[in-house]
Amino acid sequence: MNLDNVMNRYALFLGCTIPVRGQNYELSTRKVAEALGMEFLHIPNFSCCGYPMSSLDQETAELLAARNLALAEKEGADICAICTACTGVLTETAKELAYNEEKRGKINDHLKDLGLAYRGGVKVKHFARILYEDVGLEKIASKITRRLEGLRIAPHYGCHFLKPREIYEGFDSPENPHTLDDLIEVTGAVSVNYMNKMRCCGGAVLAVDENLALKITKEKLDQIRELGVDAICLICPFCSVMYESNQKKIETTFETKYEIPVLYLPQILGLAMGMDPKDLGLNMNRVRPKTLLEKLGVGV
Amino acid sequence: MVKPIRITRNALKFRDEVLKTPGGENLLKCYACGACTAGCPVREVEERYNPRRIIRMVLLGMKDEVLRSDFIWLCSTCHTCSERCPQGVHLSSIMRALKNIAVREGIVHPSFALQAKTIREHGKLYEIEDFDNKKRARMGLPELEKKCPDLEILFSSGALKNIK
Repeated sequence: MNLDNVMNRYALFLGCTIPVRGQNYELSTRKVAEALGMEFLHIPNFSCCGYPMSSLDQETAELLAARNLALAEKEGADICAICTACTGVLTETAKELAYNEEKRGKINDHLKDLGLAYRGGVKVKHFARILYEDVGLEKIASKITRRLEGLRIAPHYGCHFLKPREIYEGFDSPENPHTLDDLIEVTGAVSVNYMNKMRCCGGAVLAVDENLALKITKEKLDQIRELGVDAICLICPFCSVMYESNQKKIETTFETKYEIPVLYLPQILGLAMGMDPKDLGLNMNRVRPKTLLEKLGVGV
Repeated sequence: MVKPIRITRNALKFRDEVLKTPGGENLLKCYACGACTAGCPVREVEERYNPRRIIRMVLLGMKDEVLRSDFIWLCSTCHTCSERCPQGVHLSSIMRALKNIAVREGIVHPSFALQAKTIREHGKLYEIEDFDNKKRARMGLPELEKKCPDLEILFSSGALKNIK
């Protein structure tokens, strides 16, 4: 199968967190995509996706999302997002504007002031969904040169990758999903099942009530510690802020210890494709994945 | 002792406003089973937040008590409640609607107001500075624009025009 014929042209949507707090995610995404023959279009003036503004005013959130969609449409590209919250609001808006002409008209009245128009033709997908649906496990498996045999990994899907179900065309079950597990297991690692696997990271309330948010994060870390895994695997930069950047803070606040490495899915895939840990930004992971890399016989 | 509340026609206007918002259509079908509350990650660690109770308060038209409480800002928008509701009540959309109504009434949580201000000024939640672009260049990552004047225009006519 020739990948060029089936793949859409994608603009990589980075959102707010990744460019300044998740460059390791961006680096590894770009490396893995390149190895699989995917090219990303760069749109330097994409703004915030709109998600944070939906709490204050849904119309403003939709306007922000629509502006981003219009910028991609102008370049003839679909959107590949790697933050699940961005994926959520961009997908929801794209779906609505694809058929709701009245709303599209109202939005275009505003976009006109920016010299933009949206015709409703952009599709939005998370990178993990593209890997699963469009690239396929078989193609990924063919690129694996360093099997991650012996590694036990706890998947964390995050909330907006699959919910609300109405916007995701049922590509996976929101309550009992398998996409991320399958993408982990294609590397030879074991994807470990656990109670409350679908529990939220707490990130959305971090700015409102930090202690409450950290308590939600802690619940899951407590559970994962008992599994004896080598790492948590996730696909959203804000989930990473909670489980990785705040792991030390949770340890101090609640007088406990985890030291559980947190890797982005493309970092795990990249390792299995034989890539250098530094090229995947693993030197930027705050909880050092030293033991994990030693198990694989690679240095940081 | 339980404090009695008075349900007025005016109070029901609030209920009807929520009913009209997208996702709020099935609100009257709630039979208070508590599936939303049982699966809520916030409720698990914080008693102040009780989705079933919030729905009752809206149905009873307790506008001020709902809009002025801090719990409306605590929804983590994980959508678990909406996913599990046997009656099709899309609670995460209702929580969004409640916050949107609060904003229109001039009640804005300060941390969200700050987010709005930052996004309006810089285009993103975190400002991109020269330092970030230099660091990105060293890693071989493409440059990003530091400002997004378009957003000033988009914000200036909507419900958030007064948030600066």
